Amino acid sequence: MQHDSIIRDPLLLGKKTYHQITEDVARPVEGKANNYWWLMLAFAVVAWMWGIGCMSYTVGRGIGTWGLNRTIDWGWDITNFVWWIGIGHAGTLISAVLCLFRQRWRLTINRSAEAMTIFAVMCAAIFPVLHMGRPWLAYFVFPLPNQFGSLWVNFNSPLLWDVFAISTYFSVSVVFWYLGLIPDFAMIRDRAKIAGRKISYACYRVLSFGWSGRAKDWQRFEEVSLVLAGICTPLVFSVHSIVSSDFATGVVRGWHSTVYPPYFVAGAIFSGMAMVLTLVIVGRKVLNLEEYITIQHIDTMNKVMLTMGSVVGIAYFAEFFMAWFSGDPNESFIYLSWNNAIGPYGWAFWVLIICNNLLPQILWSKRIRTNLYITFVMSIVINIGMWFERFDIIVTDLYRDYIPSDWTYYSPTWVEVGIFVGTIGMFFTFFLIFARVFPFIAQAELKTTLKATGDLFHNPPRKLKANGQASEGYEVKQPAH
Amino acid sequence: MANQKKYWKGLEELTASPSFVKAKTKEFVEEVPVDEFLGNQGQNPSSTSRRDFLKFLGFSVAAASLAACEAPVVKTIPYVIKPEEVTPGIDNWYASTYFDGQDYCSILIKTRDGRPIKVEGNTMSGVTKGAANARVQSSVLSLYNSERLTGPMIGHKKATWEQVDKEIGEKLAKGGNIRILTSTIVSPSTDQIIADFKEKYSSTKHVSWDAVSFSGLKKANEGGIPTYAFNKADVIVSIAADFLTNWLSPIEFSKQYAEGRKVGKNKKEMSRHIQFESIMTVSGANADTRVQIKPSEEGAVAIGLYNAVAKQTGGSSLAAPSFSDAKISERIDKTAAELVKSKGKSLVVAGSNDTAVQVVVKEINKLLDNYGADKSINSDKACYLRQGSDEDFAELVSDMKAGKVDVLITYNVNPVYNSAKALGFAEAYAKVPCKIALAEVKDETASGANYICPTHNYMEAWGDANPYDGQYSLAQPAIYPLFSKKFPRENVESKYEGTRHAQENFLKWSGSETPDYYTYLQQYWKKNVLPEQGSEGGDYMFIDLWNKTLSSGVFEKEAKPRVMESASSVSLSDAASKIAATPKGGIEAVLYEKTGIGNGNQANNPWLQEMPDPISKVTWDNYVTMNPGEMKDKGYNLLLDDNRDASIVTVSANGVTLTLPVYPQPGQARGTIGIALGYGRTGAGKVANGIGQNAYTLVQWTNNTFQYNVANVTVTKADGTYKLAATQTHHTMIGRPVLKETTLEEYKKHADAGNEEEKIPVMLGSKSEDRSFKDVNLWDDYDNKSPVNMTNNAGNLGLRWKMAIDLNSCIGCGACVVSCNAENNVPVVGKEEILNAREMHWIRIDRYYSSDLTMEKAKEEGMTESHRMYTMMDASADNPEVAFQPVMCQHCNHAPCETVCPVIATSHASEGINQMVYNRCVGTKYCANNCPYKVRRFNWFNYYRDEKFLTVNPAQESNEMGRMVLNPDVVVRSRGVMEKCSLCIQRIQGGKLKAKIEGRTIKDGEVNTACAQSCPTQAIVFGNGNDPESRVAKLMDDERNYLLLADLDTQPNVFYMTKVRNSDHHLLSE
Repeated sequence: MQHDSIIRDPLLLGKKTYHQITEDVARPVEGKANNYWWLMLAFAVVAWMWGIGCMSYTVGRGIGTWGLNRTIDWGWDITNFVWWIGIGHAGTLISAVLCLFRQRWRLTINRSAEAMTIFAVMCAAIFPVLHMGRPWLAYFVFPLPNQFGSLWVNFNSPLLWDVFAISTYFSVSVVFWYLGLIPDFAMIRDRAKIAGRKISYACYRVLSFGWSGRAKDWQRFEEVSLVLAGICTPLVFSVHSIVSSDFATGVVRGWHSTVYPPYFVAGAIFSGMAMVLTLVIVGRKVLNLEEYITIQHIDTMNKVMLTMGSVVGIAYFAEFFMAWFSGDPNESFIYLSWNNAIGPYGWAFWVLIICNNLLPQILWSKRIRTNLYITFVMSIVINIGMWFERFDIIVTDLYRDYIPSDWTYYSPTWVEVGIFVGTIGMFFTFFLIFARVFPFIAQAELKTTLKATGDLFHNPPRKLKANGQASEGYEVKQPAH
Repeated sequence: MANQKKYWKGLEELTASPSFVKAKTKEFVEEVPVDEFLGNQGQNPSSTSRRDFLKFLGFSVAAASLAACEAPVVKTIPYVIKPEEVTPGIDNWYASTYFDGQDYCSILIKTRDGRPIKVEGNTMSGVTKGAANARVQSSVLSLYNSERLTGPMIGHKKATWEQVDKEIGEKLAKGGNIRILTSTIVSPSTDQIIADFKEKYSSTKHVSWDAVSFSGLKKANEGGIPTYAFNKADVIVSIAADFLTNWLSPIEFSKQYAEGRKVGKNKKEMSRHIQFESIMTVSGANADTRVQIKPSEEGAVAIGLYNAVAKQTGGSSLAAPSFSDAKISERIDKTAAELVKSKGKSLVVAGSNDTAVQVVVKEINKLLDNYGADKSINSDKACYLRQGSDEDFAELVSDMKAGKVDVLITYNVNPVYNSAKALGFAEAYAKVPCKIALAEVKDETASGANYICPTHNYMEAWGDANPYDGQYSLAQPAIYPLFSKKFPRENVESKYEGTRHAQENFLKWSGSETPDYYTYLQQYWKKNVLPEQGSEGGDYMFIDLWNKTLSSGVFEKEAKPRVMESASSVSLSDAASKIAATPKGGIEAVLYEKTGIGNGNQANNPWLQEMPDPISKVTWDNYVTMNPGEMKDKGYNLLLDDNRDASIVTVSANGVTLTLPVYPQPGQARGTIGIALGYGRTGAGKVANGIGQNAYTLVQWTNNTFQYNVANVTVTKADGTYKLAATQTHHTMIGRPVLKETTLEEYKKHADAGNEEEKIPVMLGSKSEDRSFKDVNLWDDYDNKSPVNMTNNAGNLGLRWKMAIDLNSCIGCGACVVSCNAENNVPVVGKEEILNAREMHWIRIDRYYSSDLTMEKAKEEGMTESHRMYTMMDASADNPEVAFQPVMCQHCNHAPCETVCPVIATSHASEGINQMVYNRCVGTKYCANNCPYKVRRFNWFNYYRDEKFLTVNPAQESNEMGRMVLNPDVVVRSRGVMEKCSLCIQRIQGGKLKAKIEGRTIKDGEVNTACAQSCPTQAIVFGNGNDPESRVAKLMDDERNYLLLADLDTQPNVFYMTKVRNSDHHLLSE
């Protein structure tokens, strides 16, 4: 039924029919979870609860429970914030930028990537609130009308830009993601109705916003998708540029660097792609979606990762070079400098270089790019490396400040580590629930890749029967969703 | 008869119009539409609908939970009868005197609503001239020590004063040998009271003894210590005397010292200071040339100097000593040449308590013609600050051991803790049948006493002092005794038996006619002190004089020529032979006093414990200092790279063993160690108990004096490590021009030496031109008319607060740190938080050592970063030059903190001050990250509530006593907010208001910050930069001024003045 390209590998394996896609996507939602899923969920929830405990302790007692000090006022908190925000980027990149560029391979991974974005931003948003000395006054950062006359927020502060950038990013991402979900929810709704699952039907009926599948619906859907993709695209670049402004506008040497915005965006896509890989490599296995998320996808994502890693590598080199070339005794202690490499935080420096620059070089080899195990390990290595990039930028730029008498060292306490573990728990809790409740793959959009005619419906190719994948309930006149 | 008259409300009533009659019965003239809002509801209004029920429920839950959220009630109780001198919100200042046997200081006590909250120096005093050190500043917190005794005790049980007086009276009446052991008493009236007591009980002997003894100095100077004037010496040579923070009268000396050290537009000369010492003291750190010697060589240096001076001035020479290092004798010859060159205008002092050393030093000064009324040593004017006699004390101990002492009264001494173990006071003390302790707290000595008679804190007491011939000062109570039997005015019994003047005990026990010390004091002054002014007038004249003295705090007159005691002094040749016999060899230890803790009598004061030591920057601890090179050889931890794990060593000598961490101290002579006195308390209170170990136990008894240098000490490494909480872990500037300095020679040549304007090449069109970076700015200076640049803008309107910090005058003593603590309610955070680098001090004093490798040297040697150049620059030199730099908020006009705060919690005032709005702060800490000076302090915890801090700071106790020290003008910051130096904004506002009320402009010097006010050397000058006549505006024109990290273009309102060393830089590396 599919027209396979002669020169390209197929996007979908297994010669899927419309209905098969429907079945495959609906299966995790309609079926029962296996023990692995429950086990993973249990771990994630426990970690999340532990994190909530640590957060409560922080709020109850003060940030003194963390390891920060007078010289290093940001540590794991902002590192985690930037890391999570960065992870979110790949999702938007895949769903919006690749949508505009008509990259159809994105279709099988964009849903989960977007979910990842949203959960990552939720995790990220915890940190700016929690790192405040008085989080109960966090609403001060919003430009709310008040009775204090001219009391207003500081529009000069990059932290305020963060507030706007992230809240915009989050809301647009949620809307874009949800919009794509509507026809899929409707599909599950319809199946629930047919199968007589009343609760499920009631829920998905609400979630699908009364989607009817009329041509007008589809037309509007496409239009809004395009508009939102257009809105999302600049956001991909703006959010992390603005997050980088937290540092780039600062006077701390090492932070005060004009290369930061593009470098941060590249880094974000780098780490985000790594996180998508981590998730889909597990997801395709657990949800039996190997034919949808193919080795070709993995290979393509590895290529993106390699490209972005190289961009980041050039930025590192530029930073290192400028630190040396400036001849400034202050500059020569920045996070990418010889003095940091041999200093007390030298280990963090080398973790960054090895994880982000040296190891990713193996991705030049196609054999490695198409090897699931190595790719999986690499994606985790890169995420560690990107975490250390932020850690190095924040901590190792601060700890060797302008005045040597201020120099200190920083190590996190169990509370900070606990909060980070908690956000990871929260992320996976949400993601695991997402994988079982939401259609994991944007099936409605995916079906547009099937080049099919009515004839093919009547005369299913024999191949289909031969591989035994065809469902028994296959009917020619099945509705398209 | 009832009133028959009838009044009408109006014509209508009179005429009884129908409409009126109808309306008369109604309450309202117009129809009230009651039905409309009641009737239309169509239901019984008394029944509650479901919705209403939910509303009520919601309201009550909300109201109940809101009520539960109510802030804790803080009691504010108004005066029932207001004392007429107290106006709420207005300070009262009382002139008084501080003397604890260690520091003498004429002070002013600031009280608010009856509570002393701050101590400042009294500028009217001719002795201390307005200066006060950290210990004096801290004493206000010691007043509120909740562990003070609240009433007398017999045995260990509480008793009443009647019982105590009765029992002690009986004991004294029985006769037997009575001994009174006190520290130096500078109070002439107290001396008289003790004399009266001795008259009544003829078997009484009074023994004066100082914890850190000056017996040798006193004996060498014919029984009386002369007056020193460091400002009258062009060349100052100190042989291990830390005269800037500990020796004799440090507050006075630091003031004098600074006078000779200041340079400026009209003064291009400064005194030269050469220090011979083993440990690194504050004085040594300030010296132009510092020579490392062994402690046993102090005498040898004195003899060497004597010989070298004698050779040039024609005196007889002594047997030449030998030195461990040939450089020392070379240096001695050079020093002698300099001394002789400034003959009559030089000064040699020694810190040793060895009579022999002091005799030689006295002879050197005589050869140098330094004695005279207007010279550096005035022997006609006696100093009474140290009268302790070691011999008397030793005799007392042997009497006690022999059971010859029946009654021992101790007052203001703690010999069980701080006398040398060699003498065995503690054992002897146990043998005395009746021990009476007059003490403020149940210290080590008092806790072994049979009777404890608690004394007032000095702030609650009357007193007088006579530190020098002809110079008197009065002490007056600034608060009613906190623990007293009766509350004043109301005459209500309190739960305390109360404290009393120490003097009243003696008066009571000797059956004086005037048992009230205040009356006695007045009578004494009337009879003995004030007549010296020549007015013999009656009571009227006396009261006038008394009041005048009381309000100024001091009474000074020409000293009458003194009658020298002809005490048996050691002859020069005897001295030389005694010096030759000084025990030496092995590792030699120096037992020294720290700038904060001193002799340890205020050890329980958390402000002092948390004040970083000026040299080591370590807080809350006692440690052994050792040369880093030597430590490296021995394999001890060097505390490099932010590692705070110090090795532990066991120090033993003469049967005494101490186990302490070891701190690498650059500048410490090899083969020597230093241990601070004043730690290892067991009876001081919960703040000090258990910190460090007691080094007094190591003090030696040699030649009838206590010796603080111990030879042949064994130092062995013990197991484990120990964390030392230092506020500074990197000690050099690592090639960064943070602290600028030059030599006097260079400075004389051109005033901007060391502070040359930095030029950077700027492309103008196609050609490059060198421009001052001050003129290169991306931004338009919207406020460039204000004096953000270092020019004097006399034409500007309004105030522009500026602060100048003269690095040449700053001796690093830390008085400003404690003063700021007191003024701004800066919390104490304890050792653990200092280890976390979370000290809260608004002002810190950075101390830098020179490194063997400089930027220039590295360039010459072709070193690059990859050669670990900076790592080498991070290491201090073996005998480094030292410099101090106080850093507080720089109040940048282009403040990096202000732009990054998302909620504008920190903003700029029109007067140049960078302000913190605590209420608005949400605590993102971005400002602190972005502050290049790292002066912002975050409230990591609720320091005034969190249980973690209860043990380190009694001021946070819930018994509310410690809180009385808080300055009500400054808010106590809650957790989660950023705080920092405000340039004492409360003082500025106060000054502005006062000027406004009086309809004038602010005068220079009228408004002063706490740090500037308390600086004993006036290194910090604060004022209005827009006033061309102000001191600070004049300093803005000085070539020495520079801005810290000026290339960042933050344009601070605080500026620094280059340090000038009166040395040629190559001396040290010779």
